[in-house]
Amino acid sequence: MDAPVTVITGARKGIGRYLAERFAERGHRVVGCSRGEADWSVPGYEHYTVDVSSESDVKRLFAEIRRKYGVVHHLINNAGIASMNHALLTPADTVDRVLRTNVTGTFLASREAAKLMKRERYGRIVNFTTVAVPLSLEGEAAYVASKAGVEGLTRVLARELGPFGITVNAVGPVPIRTDLIAGVPKEKIDALIERQAIKRYGELEDVANVVDFFVKPESSLVTGQCIYLGGV
Amino acid sequence: MSVKDELVALIIDAVKELGDQDDIELPADMDHSTALFGESGFLNSMSLVSLVVSVEQSIEDRYGRSVSLADEKALSRRNSPYRTVGSLAEYAAEQLGQG
Repeated sequence: MDAPVTVITGARKGIGRYLAERFAERGHRVVGCSRGEADWSVPGYEHYTVDVSSESDVKRLFAEIRRKYGVVHHLINNAGIASMNHALLTPADTVDRVLRTNVTGTFLASREAAKLMKRERYGRIVNFTTVAVPLSLEGEAAYVASKAGVEGLTRVLARELGPFGITVNAVGPVPIRTDLIAGVPKEKIDALIERQAIKRYGELEDVANVVDFFVKPESSLVTGQCIYLGGV
Repeated sequence: MSVKDELVALIIDAVKELGDQDDIELPADMDHSTALFGESGFLNSMSLVSLVVSVEQSIEDRYGRSVSLADEKALSRRNSPYRTVGSLAEYAAEQLGQG
């Protein structure tokens, strides 16, 4: 395939930006999106302002991709938000917001991407979960519930989209020094890292390595899987 | 040609494309009365999913409007809009505000 089309949600910063730059460097046509404008650019990258929890926004994005490229080969559902607080102090609005971005957003982007992928009988969808799910991490009830939802989506979509040659997998990072954990007290992060088999922060490269594995054409029989970093 | 007639033609084109792609044996002649899904239809549930997606995309290309032909209303209707080419065209016309 020449110049694959790779869509990355939440591409303005952090892991999303790193992956966008990496795929663009490899010659992919990378379409990134986030709620805000990107303040960076590289050749082969284009950015759209999209709220992934909005069905009309997501449909508009993929309609534009369809007009421009006609296909999507890879979708990296990286957009996500966290909420770290005791359940007794977490308002319903926060829970709704986290679920809408993380679960509904992943669902909508996957649905629209799969419609384009199925034309080619080829596609790779990579979702984002977290080690907080298997660790049942206290203080992250809404976030963990949302990512457990993403894992469920991953497994069901793998089955529903398998007949179209589309694989769906998820990567579960350990804490990485990004904005997502900027507000979490250091002792909490240290305690989490202590529960890992390999006790260190994750690097962007660690995540990219798993994403690379999932999107390889040779990974056509790898689907419905969640790979956690750090030996969790 | 009325919008409904256009939609019938558009759906038949989508069915033919799906037939080629998925190796489905299609009726020699198709018109608005051709059965698609259900007792006398030739589509299975997976082919129906593909057809609905393809028709939605063709409608968007032709009319510049995004419609959903698989919302809960469609699935819960007593008379499913997926019975025949004509019933699907009528449902699509309704979604386009042309019903």
